[in-house]
Amino acid sequence: MLNTERSPITGKRVQLMATCLCDAFYDDVAAATVEVLEHLGVTVVFPEGQTCCGQPAFNGGDWAASRRVVRHTVRTFAGEDPVVVPSGSCAAMMFHGAVLEFEKESDLPEVAALGRRTWELADFIVNGLGVKTWPGSYPATVAFHRACHTRGTASGEAALTLLRSIAGVKLAEFGEGEQCCGFGGTFSVSFPNISSAMGDLKLEHMRAANPDVVVSGDMSCMMHLGGLAAKEGKPVKTLHLAQVLRDALKAAKS
Amino acid sequence: MRFQPIDQYSAGLKADTRASVYQSTKSTHEKRTKLLFDQFAAPDRLRELAGEIKQHAIENLDTYLPQVEARLKANGAQVHWAGTAESACAAVLKIMRDRGATKMVKAKTMVSEEIELAHYLEKHGLEALETDLGEFIVQIDDDHPSHIVRPIIHKNRREIATSFEREGLGAYNDDPGTITRRARHFLRHKYLEADVGLTGANFVSAESGRIVLVTNEGNSRFCLAATKCHIALVGIEKIVPRDRDLSILLNLLGRSGTAQDLTVYTEFISGPKSPAQPDGPEEMHVIFVDNGRTEVLASDCREILRCIRCGACLNVCPVYRQASGHAYRSVYPGPVGAVLSPLLMKDKFPQKADLPKASSLCGACNEVCPVNIPIPDLLLRLRNRAKEENVPSPGTPPMGAWALMASQPTAWKAALAGGKLLNYVPTKLIPVPALQAWADKRALPAWRGGEFRKWMRQRAQ
Repeated sequence: MLNTERSPITGKRVQLMATCLCDAFYDDVAAATVEVLEHLGVTVVFPEGQTCCGQPAFNGGDWAASRRVVRHTVRTFAGEDPVVVPSGSCAAMMFHGAVLEFEKESDLPEVAALGRRTWELADFIVNGLGVKTWPGSYPATVAFHRACHTRGTASGEAALTLLRSIAGVKLAEFGEGEQCCGFGGTFSVSFPNISSAMGDLKLEHMRAANPDVVVSGDMSCMMHLGGLAAKEGKPVKTLHLAQVLRDALKAAKS
Repeated sequence: MRFQPIDQYSAGLKADTRASVYQSTKSTHEKRTKLLFDQFAAPDRLRELAGEIKQHAIENLDTYLPQVEARLKANGAQVHWAGTAESACAAVLKIMRDRGATKMVKAKTMVSEEIELAHYLEKHGLEALETDLGEFIVQIDDDHPSHIVRPIIHKNRREIATSFEREGLGAYNDDPGTITRRARHFLRHKYLEADVGLTGANFVSAESGRIVLVTNEGNSRFCLAATKCHIALVGIEKIVPRDRDLSILLNLLGRSGTAQDLTVYTEFISGPKSPAQPDGPEEMHVIFVDNGRTEVLASDCREILRCIRCGACLNVCPVYRQASGHAYRSVYPGPVGAVLSPLLMKDKFPQKADLPKASSLCGACNEVCPVNIPIPDLLLRLRNRAKEENVPSPGTPPMGAWALMASQPTAWKAALAGGKLLNYVPTKLIPVPALQAWADKRALPAWRGGEFRKWMRQRAQ
């Protein structure tokens, strides 16, 4: 179902799509992404005009509004360089969602072309660059949350490949790992009861595994789960995979 | 604040109903997954193949429907075509009246729920008794099914025991074995009294005209054993091209629906009884029901017609698990229902345009679907259709201003800076409904708009 066909990587320069959530809330995740990519010898270009991938309106059903944003994104990320994004959800928006909503549009080829060179971060590292082990150490029990929009893609397994290779990382198994955290974009505010009940269940499963940190490749899930936990006064530590990779490197250098 | 109807329904759901739905769906889903992956090297490839077979069938109905009609007639069955629910009900009524029949025993069929056949016949003074245990309980309670495979997933045995006592089926006893025995005893007499047996069809082979029925209770066999007339109500999308296609579809249906290698009974019905058979219906009628399916076929959501009604998408769906089936106000609940039910409304689509919103778009439904229906894509198409038809959507934030901002970098950067307000002003003072709905359940992280851009610029210097 997913349109995941990808152009091969040529050269070592990428454009960073930082995501709107990192732009607004999680600057450290975007910074960690840059540092991780640079560690791999990749030159990171940040197109200043970028805003959002267009997914909020796409999922909310307002495809005309979403297409407007996607067109802006296509112009902003012009060129041939791969686009790397620290979010499986935004990546899937580019290579699947946008293609769906441009089905009947004359500029579909440009949109689809951007999709083919857009990579979720872990997928880019493991399957794009062929890097399968990560140096340094990160002594912690990690509950890894696979974001739903990476179903059918190589991202979830890529993230686990990297995490497993880090010295000190212990992956915590927890119940119903394949289930959604309940975020779902606009779903989280138009179905707040169901959304939070789904999140509570996810937290319950994760807490039972007693992790030091919950890690994901998507900050939207972490914002939801972390926000729920904080609201009920029992905060959980949440990190993006890029932050774990960066911190593992720091440990290697010190 | 107003939220989506399904969310409000879920908020009011009894805790024990939610618990029974959750336990039952979770356990079936887990068994299903284990069974498929233990037994097959590549179950996902099987799902894709089954999906291709069904997609081919629905896209070539113009070939297969005349073919199946000819086969059925050659097999001795009479074929009827019903464009609407009303005409399907009227066709059943006419068959019964022509025979002077007054009593029908029904096996489980979702299409009969869809056309509300039992109520229609009762209104015309005819008896139509449900014989599937779950459907029987729904009928005596004047309730509605809440799951397409397990109609009473929302009830516990204590409620059922109370209903049985009320209906004079014995003193209160909530032992499942006793409940089943009492229902069996009651129903066995009814089979013998009935004139007509009604079934649905899980599949109909265009090649042979065979009607395939799967059940676990054997009640469809009883419906056909003593009655002289068999009526099969069949949605036009139930056609498969060849008998051999049934191999993959039956293998997937039992495993996906109820985590069984095969259902207890699988019947292949080729026509009315042959002269050599001592018992069985002398007359067989097959009523093909459209009731909106042709419009679905013409739409950009036609893949939903591949559905083989296994219920796996309901079982895995985190929203269905929280809301239960009645929340969907439709015969078909859950992810498949959220696509199919609004489409079957035809021009009354707006009345159910909220159903496709009831999803976090997690994609679990697509991952378990035995015919690989891209349900999330179809939900998204219907959300867009609702927007284009200006159907109000409570709780969904308007996207116009956001789209304007997100397509103009200057405005975007200004918003990144302006958002810092969130760090100082309590959210309850900010009149943005989406923000309130978020903050009511979750803490908002600190606003750090523009900080990453600053960091990038500093490193470049």
